[in-house]
Amino acid sequence: VCTSRFWFNYRHVANTLSVYRSVKRLGIPDSHIVLMLADDMACNPRNPKPATVFSHKNMELNVYGDDVEVDYRSYEVTVENFLRVLTGRIPPSTPRSKRLLSDDRSNILIYMTGHGGNGFLKFQDSEEITNVELADAFEQMWQKRRYNELLFIIDTCQGASMYERFYSPNIMALASSQVGEDSLSHQPDLGIGVHLMDRYTFYVLEFLEEIHPASQTNMNDLFQVCPKSLCVSTPGHRTDLFQRDPKNVLITDFFGSVRKVEITTETISLDGDLAGFE
Amino acid sequence: IRCPKNPVASVPVGLPLVPLSTRLLRRAWGPGAVPSLGFSPPAVRTSVTSRYETVYRGTTAQEEAALDVATAREADAALHPLQDASLGSLTVYVVPENSSLLPQGISVYVGKHRSALVRAGGGLAALRTRLRQLTQVMSFTASSITAALSDRMPDSQLGPDARRHLKSSLGYEITFSLLNPDPKSHTVDWDIEDAVNRYVQPVLDKLSLLANFSVDSQILYYAVLGVTPRFDKESSSFLLSAHSLPHVINPVEARLGSSAASLYPVLNFLLYVPERSHSPLYIQDKDGAPVSTNAFHSPRWGGIMIYNVEAPASPQASLPLHVDVDMVRVMEVFLAQLRLLFGLSREELPPEFLLESPGNEGLADWELDRLLWAHTVENIATVSTTLTSLAQLLDKIGNIVIKDDVASEVYRAVAAAQSAVAELATGHLHSAFQASKEAVTSSERAFFDPSLLHLLYFPDDQKFAIYIPLFLPMAVPILLSLAKIVREARQRKKEPTKMD
Repeated sequence: VCTSRFWFNYRHVANTLSVYRSVKRLGIPDSHIVLMLADDMACNPRNPKPATVFSHKNMELNVYGDDVEVDYRSYEVTVENFLRVLTGRIPPSTPRSKRLLSDDRSNILIYMTGHGGNGFLKFQDSEEITNVELADAFEQMWQKRRYNELLFIIDTCQGASMYERFYSPNIMALASSQVGEDSLSHQPDLGIGVHLMDRYTFYVLEFLEEIHPASQTNMNDLFQVCPKSLCVSTPGHRTDLFQRDPKNVLITDFFGSVRKVEITTETISLDGDLAGFE
Repeated sequence: IRCPKNPVASVPVGLPLVPLSTRLLRRAWGPGAVPSLGFSPPAVRTSVTSRYETVYRGTTAQEEAALDVATAREADAALHPLQDASLGSLTVYVVPENSSLLPQGISVYVGKHRSALVRAGGGLAALRTRLRQLTQVMSFTASSITAALSDRMPDSQLGPDARRHLKSSLGYEITFSLLNPDPKSHTVDWDIEDAVNRYVQPVLDKLSLLANFSVDSQILYYAVLGVTPRFDKESSSFLLSAHSLPHVINPVEARLGSSAASLYPVLNFLLYVPERSHSPLYIQDKDGAPVSTNAFHSPRWGGIMIYNVEAPASPQASLPLHVDVDMVRVMEVFLAQLRLLFGLSREELPPEFLLESPGNEGLADWELDRLLWAHTVENIATVSTTLTSLAQLLDKIGNIVIKDDVASEVYRAVAAAQSAVAELATGHLHSAFQASKEAVTSSERAFFDPSLLHLLYFPDDQKFAIYIPLFLPMAVPILLSLAKIVREARQRKKEPTKMD
């Protein structure tokens, strides 16, 4: 979810698209991704390189690519829609791609980025979502068993305040900065004229580029990404609500999709001719 | 003791459910936890007791005649019209020890419908053990009920089977896909419509009591598996090892598409014809042996079968080769996978049991009963959780507006759930299942109503917090001047008495 609009918030869209791209590369199909972008950077009239969104200086990596599927765009990204997607209280006319059709065996990854403060995240420069509302939404999801495990990553200023209020089980949370600290952006690009990525997501993306679908890297490595020397802010994480030990949790449990598979050993016997007689 | 020649035990099975009690407990979720915000998760106590009502009687003359045949299968077919075959009931015929109906070494024969033949012998205690095993096979076990209630059980109590089977739903979509990655070499024809009508439809008709099914099919070209198979020199074939199978599904899934209109769970059955350069392709199980069905399935998703095309006799045969898929072989595997996805497995049985194959119907009547028991219990548990959670939401936000239709859905759900529990207690499986389905539909509609978003309703303290700073400063001079007016009025009243 990217919650900021306007051209100078290019980096938030680039953040979201980088995570989207990694997740797709590791195997999750579009039908299982809900992508919310609050503004259009690729086709923004101020973009000197139209139809591209870059995440790295010198325009190395175009994260917009050819097959981006945005489910909620522009003014549809509101707090109400976001909460409706999470809790499932959606008008019946909503198409399948805009719904979160998860069940009690789904692991959900939620990545949010934008401008935030102590206890809130700003949506579209006009409204806010508070940490209490988010925690209540997760509780509603837990009551209906809409998730098995949930990983919540947030890259905003004072991001750690957003996960302070969670109380539902099986949630792990990561934030780019502690309360009282600001999350800083990585580097400006002189050709495009804005900052391209935030530091935390930049280093997370570098980390994810090393992961492939069969990789055994676990969550503890993700917690080490972006130490204070590189990130200037102190990333935080919260695992007390999570039942498994983070070092047993594979990155691909959330970022990729590896299904349990069983070999079929039984067959039934069909009488090929019998069905001819009505 | 002299037993009658062929005593018959008729066993309608009842399942009374102790009313599920829900208690709200304040629980701390670990060190440094935030005190609960009034939305505590319920500590749920769930208990299910089951009871079998057993009726014993001697056989009637017609049943004796039916049992007087050569094989157990014929007996089963002959007995079927004579039984009371209501859902959930079982009829067990105890035959003498030396009867020739059952083959050697088999002491229990389970038929296609709802009856079984048990060989007497070894005394009453042995007979009772056999009957108990039989009822467990044919109706439900503690673990199958626990699996149905997996949402409410802590993870420690659940076995590995718990979340494998498809959840109870009002409908399922089945999609058959043919994947042809190499159209230049193979032109594959599959007569899917005929196969569906002949083989799949009877099975779905049998399951139609359980849910609505809809079937569609597609052919995908240039869809490759995500994994490159290894070439094995000894068998001169390509092998896919068991641990690479999980990675096969994902690249394909993106291209499968999913039905845009329906929200039911989708079951995908894929038939993959390997490329000419990778033929023949076999799946290896964990021990390295090739799998006979050449197929694998993923719980709650579907199954994949690999269909190898024989190499042409002469190397100069013109490409593309025309391939006519043998649908019987394919459907045997797909329907077996469908059964496994629903949880109907025939693998773990005591050795002296013999199960009749259900033939083209795909599943026996008692297997349908097994599904119905599990799904009814699951539905009732879901309704109870949903309504409790809805009640908690209403407690937390006092001024939430409940529309009339939401209220009526809740009443309907409660009434249907109560009747489902009552019916289940008396063993009327059919009506219990229908009632539970109605309860689930109503409760889901009530819970997921778009008007219940808690965001839309502000708690009272927020309202005070917003309006007090606005009105209090304005109110102060108004109140002071009102007080002044009152004082002056009182003084004026006193004045006339003073003046003289």
